[in-house]
Amino acid sequence: MAGVMGKTAKGSEPIGSGKPFDEMNGFDGECREAYRALKDWLEETPTDLLDQRKLEAEALFRRSGITFAVYGDKDAEERLIPYDLIPRVLSGAEWNRLSEGLTQRVQAINALIVDLYSKAEILKAGIIPEELIYANPAFRPEMIGIAIPGNVPVPIAGIDIVRVDADDFYVLEDNARTPSGVSYMLDNREVTHLLFPDLLGRNRVQPVERYADELLAVLESLKPVNSSGDTTIVVLTPGSYNSAFYEHSFLADKLGVELVEGRDLFVRDDILYMRTTQGPKRVDVVYRRVDDDFLDPLTFRPDSMLGVPGLFSCYRAGTVTLANAVGTGISDDKAIYSYMPEIVRFYTGADPLLHNVPTWRCREPEALAYVLDHLGELVVKEVHGSGGYGMLVGPASTQAERAAFSEKLKKQPDNFIAQPTLALSTCPTYVDGCIAPRHVDLRPFVLTGASGTRIVPGGLTRVALREGSLVVNSSQGGGTKDTWVLEE
Amino acid sequence: MHLKLQHTTRYTYETPVRGVVQMLRLTPRPYDGLHVVRWRIDVDHDATLKPSEDSFGNIVHSFCAEGPLDALTVTVEGEVLTEDTSGILHGTQERLPLGLYLRQTPLTTADRTIADFARDAADGRDRLDALHALMAALSDRMTFDVDVTHVHTTADEAFADAKGVCQDFAHIFIAAARSLKFPARYVSGYMRQSDGREHYEAGHGWAEVHVPGVGWIGFDPTNAICATDAYIRVAIGLDYLDASPVRGVRTGGAHETLDVSIQVQHGASQQ
Repeated sequence: MAGVMGKTAKGSEPIGSGKPFDEMNGFDGECREAYRALKDWLEETPTDLLDQRKLEAEALFRRSGITFAVYGDKDAEERLIPYDLIPRVLSGAEWNRLSEGLTQRVQAINALIVDLYSKAEILKAGIIPEELIYANPAFRPEMIGIAIPGNVPVPIAGIDIVRVDADDFYVLEDNARTPSGVSYMLDNREVTHLLFPDLLGRNRVQPVERYADELLAVLESLKPVNSSGDTTIVVLTPGSYNSAFYEHSFLADKLGVELVEGRDLFVRDDILYMRTTQGPKRVDVVYRRVDDDFLDPLTFRPDSMLGVPGLFSCYRAGTVTLANAVGTGISDDKAIYSYMPEIVRFYTGADPLLHNVPTWRCREPEALAYVLDHLGELVVKEVHGSGGYGMLVGPASTQAERAAFSEKLKKQPDNFIAQPTLALSTCPTYVDGCIAPRHVDLRPFVLTGASGTRIVPGGLTRVALREGSLVVNSSQGGGTKDTWVLEE
Repeated sequence: MHLKLQHTTRYTYETPVRGVVQMLRLTPRPYDGLHVVRWRIDVDHDATLKPSEDSFGNIVHSFCAEGPLDALTVTVEGEVLTEDTSGILHGTQERLPLGLYLRQTPLTTADRTIADFARDAADGRDRLDALHALMAALSDRMTFDVDVTHVHTTADEAFADAKGVCQDFAHIFIAAARSLKFPARYVSGYMRQSDGREHYEAGHGWAEVHVPGVGWIGFDPTNAICATDAYIRVAIGLDYLDASPVRGVRTGGAHETLDVSIQVQHGASQQ
């Protein structure tokens, strides 16, 4: 296959074609070890009880303000992401393999970003074409030459993982910009605790609750060298109109730090301060959930009202840490993604433990020709896109949609990549009073501090609630599940 | 050429402002064609001017002035010796990879019309010839007009109107040069017109293009010439936003009025 990067475990055969792998029942209907206890429980639990718990879960989410529907605007429905009662289960051994692969990948991503903004060895070695980086708006020239605290530009990463069989994990997408969704991981677990108090213990599920402590330790470890005595950390939010505001306030609360907006901060002589009732307080680390463009109107978009004038000068002067750093979105780009196996080899000297999905880069003429000929079988995505928008799912498309998409592709081939349609694994899901298999993915949250990488066992499982659907994005009708990693 | 510069920027606020934060790119960095004899920036308020550098290598000064303020004046006074190098730059600080200067920015995006125009103007000519032909064609096409565009006008908007100021000329030229695969950048600074005029209402902006085998060359599409010793090159960037002489934010206050006065004098007579 021309232009395909990243060998699959099975060479050039299509991945996971045919019947999807079910994480409970495998390919052949025989219950897998990790699911045995859960399956027994599902079989002995009457559906009335499940219906009852489902209602309770909804009430819990509503009462604790966990939903995004609290603002009462017309998008509210879209933000109410359904929680599925039936957890997804990974064995300890599966998790260990996955976790090792994630650690390797995120260390490579951190090394890539540090390198791109300093010596750019990877470009000199000819591994990634220079124009893919330098023409990319996610690459920020302002970052070049800046000493990144701890050499960790990406303390918080969310890596989207899918599987197609019992053995292999594939990375679908890297999120090094500002990955969201961790509040669901924690909330879903809490709800499971409340609804089925004995289930977690009986299944020996590893806890996720220490995520906040881990995050706090990671942020503290990356405080600037020139910081004050105590470390002051804040969560910077664009404000209550942002669709992820709930998560911002949730995290600030769990971390035990202030949730601030740009107007609560100011800069004097390259030092960042927070306004408090006791006067200005110096800030050392900003866990920012404001995009690069809006962080500082003196350096980035001048019309931004969400940022702090002078913040980037503080960062440049080394008096404050931004988590994540500016310009980390470059590694989220799907064209860069296609080079990830080489990137991992370049920085770690080892073969990647996690697979990449084979990817046709439409910027390469041969690959484009192949993609145009096989639109009906492929998923075509925008290189800068996210959220499941602007993509074509070949097998689910109409002739007219493919014709229209082909025009777009020919016009701007650089803007697209294509991948085979993956038969994503399924998990038992409670829909309309029945337990039925639905496709899932997984976003584990990978934390990297000065002393290494840690991953809380679990992540956010997203599930496509519509039968047969492969699109798990919440904006496209996806739900979430509690994700269990069992003790070994 | 021995040039003396005086640049005063005065902001008057209709109602007092609580504070002003500014980032100034008003200090030239010396290179082979420019020797700085003396250079000084002043702010007429109690504020520390903190010097730093940005990733382009520009010299940056930032300050915070705490209010209430009714007005604020930033003064630049300097004296430089310049040399005519036919626009070719030697000894400049080059911090960023060349490939970065091929990037389109929102202000310098070449739409189809600009790309076609560039290709037609270059008409298969080689390197320097292509750029000179492009500058001549652009100068023919565009009319200098201070009333049509504003600081946020993009290259394709100004090109469609065929009118604009030096910033627009430079943005179009940069967009066009990049569409021909030449690395190009924006320059902000000052120039002394050949008519001997000393007073100006605005600074100047032009472009630099990298030509293989030659290096960076200053092109001033507004005047259809390469930069000479009448130019004082101050800051560079991908577009005007990166190289802006002043970027600032004020808190509070209603309307502000801006008065700029620039004087570029021949220094020889006074020495």
